[in-house]
Amino acid sequence: MTELPATTPSQTVGPFLSIALPWQDGPDLIAAGITISGVLTDGAGAPVPDGLIELWQADPDGRYAHPDDPRGAATFAGFRSFGRCATDARGAFRFHTLKPGRVDDEQAPHIDVTVFARGLLKHLVTRLYFPDEPEANAADPVQRSLDEDERERLIARADGPGLRFDIRLQGDGETPFFTV
Amino acid sequence: MSYVDDSASHPDYDSPDYRSTSLRHPNNKLHLLPQRLTEITGPLFGAERVRPGDDDLTQWDGGEAIGQRIIVHGRVVDSDGRAVPDTLLEIWQANASGRYRHANDQWAGPLDPHFAGLGRCATDRDGNYRFTTIQPGAYPWKNHRNAWRPAHIHFSVFGRAFPQRLVTQMYFPGDPLFFQDPIYNSVPEHARERMISSYDHNATQDHWALGFRFDIVLRGRAQTPFESEPDDD
Repeated sequence: MTELPATTPSQTVGPFLSIALPWQDGPDLIAAGITISGVLTDGAGAPVPDGLIELWQADPDGRYAHPDDPRGAATFAGFRSFGRCATDARGAFRFHTLKPGRVDDEQAPHIDVTVFARGLLKHLVTRLYFPDEPEANAADPVQRSLDEDERERLIARADGPGLRFDIRLQGDGETPFFTV
Repeated sequence: MSYVDDSASHPDYDSPDYRSTSLRHPNNKLHLLPQRLTEITGPLFGAERVRPGDDDLTQWDGGEAIGQRIIVHGRVVDSDGRAVPDTLLEIWQANASGRYRHANDQWAGPLDPHFAGLGRCATDRDGNYRFTTIQPGAYPWKNHRNAWRPAHIHFSVFGRAFPQRLVTQMYFPGDPLFFQDPIYNSVPEHARERMISSYDHNATQDHWALGFRFDIVLRGRAQTPFESEPDDD
């Protein structure tokens, strides 16, 4: 058996990620849809102005344009399942998307949220859930693995016509993060 | 199907020698997110995100960048040894004097009017990629007294599924600054050299550019080699 290669280590994006990573169309998973906005803060509650948030979610039918979706790759007109937004000077980010459908019978509608920043040596992953899905959220196996306080922090809040999802890296109200 | 746990390759979030981690690492233990459909799929970005010339950082705004011209190439594979085809690589770096084209970079090294410092390319069907750029300079920062970052190029890679997402930094062989760099040294010692490119004389082009090779390994699928499926390509 030949020796298999070991994975390349992660390193921080550093303070100058905005040279390369923001895309003009990055925050728009769809041209017009619900707004998901929030602020990324550190352990002192200060905004993180050199961060990058990425979203990965199913389309409104609960499908992915990916060959490993066992139902087959599917596309939804005008929609991209991925979003990317750099934080601004106030630590704020803002996406336009559509609510994902359910991907299976167990999980509530969700978005996987990835955080990059100076000072983060490896990206962090969390999940966003929707406030209008109390029954599905209560049955969701990922939420059920957390305590009540943590679960609440994964559920976005209604904010006018859109949703608000703040991400706290450390300390009071720390966002629950996952290893995948 | 799931992707292997490779946490032994990576830094701790709490790495006190790198001061910026102090208020940015989670205090709570990370929860396990089982790999379900959302986690075994992922964005499939490739050549459609790349424009002609995006792989050549030496030409910008109507002129040629100053510095040592280099070719950086390699292969993106997973830890099962499979090629990762048609995946987007995004890179960014300082110029030859160690200065980034960014409003917040206060280092006194001069900007180069013909170097923006960003590039993109996609791997081919065998996982190969190639950039032409300028050897980046080292630069000082405020982490500790007389702190200097070793020369490096930032890489962002998508792979073919969510667990393969990777942002890393490529270093150069024999850099004398490694010993005092807390970002390089945040990685477990046995894994650090995987971030160092190798000088590649076969890639060096006579009277044109020096060649460096940097292979990137993303997480593979958790299965024994005997159960491997044939390559998708």
